[in-house]
Amino acid sequence: MGLKEKIADTQIWRSIFRHGYPSTPRNRALAALSNVFLHLHPVKARKSGIKLSFTWCMGGITFFLFLLETITGVLLMFYYRPTIEYAYNDVIAMREHVPFGIMRELHRWGAHMMVLAVWLHMLRVFLTGSYKPPREFNWNVGVILLLLTLLLSFTGYLLPWDQLAIWAITVGSNMARAHPLIGHEGPGASLLAVGDVNLVTPASDIRFGLLAGRFVGAGALLRFYVLHCVAFPLVASLLMAVHFWRVRKDGGISGPM
Amino acid sequence: MELFESIFNALASPSLYVILVTALFFLYLWKMRTFSRPGWVVAFAVMTTAFFVIGAQNGDFLKIITKGDNMPIVIMIFSILFTCSLAFRQASVNDMRIEKGEPPLEALDSNKKVLVWPDLIYPEFICTVLLGALFVFWSIAVEAPIEEPASGTRAPNPAKAPWYFLGLQEMLVYFDPWLAGVVFPGLIVVGLMAIPYIDTNPKGNGYYTFKERPFAITVFMFGFIVLWVALVILGTFLRGPNWNFFGPFEFWDPHKIEPLVNVNLSELFWVRMLDTRLPDAALIREAPGLLLLGAYFVITPALLAKTLLKKLFNEMGFARYSVLVMLLLGMGLLLIKMVMRWTLNLQYFVAIPEWFFNI
Repeated sequence: MGLKEKIADTQIWRSIFRHGYPSTPRNRALAALSNVFLHLHPVKARKSGIKLSFTWCMGGITFFLFLLETITGVLLMFYYRPTIEYAYNDVIAMREHVPFGIMRELHRWGAHMMVLAVWLHMLRVFLTGSYKPPREFNWNVGVILLLLTLLLSFTGYLLPWDQLAIWAITVGSNMARAHPLIGHEGPGASLLAVGDVNLVTPASDIRFGLLAGRFVGAGALLRFYVLHCVAFPLVASLLMAVHFWRVRKDGGISGPM
Repeated sequence: MELFESIFNALASPSLYVILVTALFFLYLWKMRTFSRPGWVVAFAVMTTAFFVIGAQNGDFLKIITKGDNMPIVIMIFSILFTCSLAFRQASVNDMRIEKGEPPLEALDSNKKVLVWPDLIYPEFICTVLLGALFVFWSIAVEAPIEEPASGTRAPNPAKAPWYFLGLQEMLVYFDPWLAGVVFPGLIVVGLMAIPYIDTNPKGNGYYTFKERPFAITVFMFGFIVLWVALVILGTFLRGPNWNFFGPFEFWDPHKIEPLVNVNLSELFWVRMLDTRLPDAALIREAPGLLLLGAYFVITPALLAKTLLKKLFNEMGFARYSVLVMLLLGMGLLLIKMVMRWTLNLQYFVAIPEWFFNI
């Protein structure tokens, strides 16, 4: 018995992997079946569907980038304090004081590319008609994930607390001011009034709720930080689980009937 | 070099740019089978690269394209060129096969099933390793940009939204924030989610094709390429201080003067056409615009259902058809407003500033 077989025969190994080395069809099927992560895949897939020219691997690349963003993001959180006194200097320190400090670079380039990868994934799914029955619902989950990717990127934009960050978010959040009914410069805002008292004011409208203030300041930084690091990733992870699971349940990667 | 710069500066005005992109878009769809051939794709890539390389001789242009956060847009241009070519090449091949009565290429081995381990897991693993290496190299080579510390009192000029929202920021030139920043993004999301339910064409499910679903692909690609990607490029490279328009090789002069000569439809109607003064009551003043928009969104769908889109209406039924036509008319309104701005200097169809209701 060789060393490989000996290791594979120990109680520890067998307690983790419920099957032999994946060299036989049976063990290969079990490898996908009995592993919670690989279980996101079906045991078998269409030969036409797993071609690189068909999928461009864009969904996979998006997921890879989500993992990259999560890992680098967690590391960045060790160094970053979301207050206007510290944020900017902490971001500088990530490069200047941290050995091999490229985590912010990885995080930023990864974020840009994730937005692009999501677009291209959607383009591919559209052009292969893969949103058609029975995959309508999963396309919708995908649209929400696209939205979440943009929101993740948008909230992350503010965190370096430099000129680019604060003014890009100012431009972006100024839109909320014009939200019909619930933005103080939106059409219909004056309809929501009790007597002479306007309910929708700069200090009570949707933009105020988003920024925790009238301007992009300390409150907005903390809010965007929590949304960026906790709320959106949680929702995105949940929906990704649904998304991947539905790919399987709806018949795997699409192909001609 | 100067000739090169002046040609592209002349080509780049908002109107010419959008018209040119639209024309090229339809030319491409029309001659897809030729343009998606590998030879043409290489030619497009070489031309695009040549544009950037020659353009980079110009210091201002070089500064814009090598700005850290603009790299994604350069990458986007090339990756969209590549992925669209890849998709439409396969669509062309499949269309030619379908014309001959053969099944699409994907059908040849779509019933063959392979084990995910190793046939999918291994490529995924290799892809992960290669991408990981690529991002590490990229991150070592290029530092993430950081500007001066935030200051709430010194606004940069231009103040741009994140690059993926620049298409919406461009719409702010033509529409008020409640439309460009709230209603349009909302409609984009709703429209995307509605796609599987309003596209009742059962063909083209699971393989690349153009001929079996030309309408769906044309509409979607028009929205994606012309109304989104092209406007992101415009917003990144061609919008400078005060959101003024600059040719790619034009110096971003913050004192460039743009005459503001836009007029409202009410002014065009009452003052220029009828030669009277504007009525005082807002609703009467804006009646022409309101009637025009009302007709656009109510009468056009009915007319289309009887004429051009009769077949579609019968196939889809009332509810699906209404959603589709409203979304199409919404998309159309963007273009109509842009053209009216360029030709008539139109500011608003309907302008009721006292209610923040401007369209």
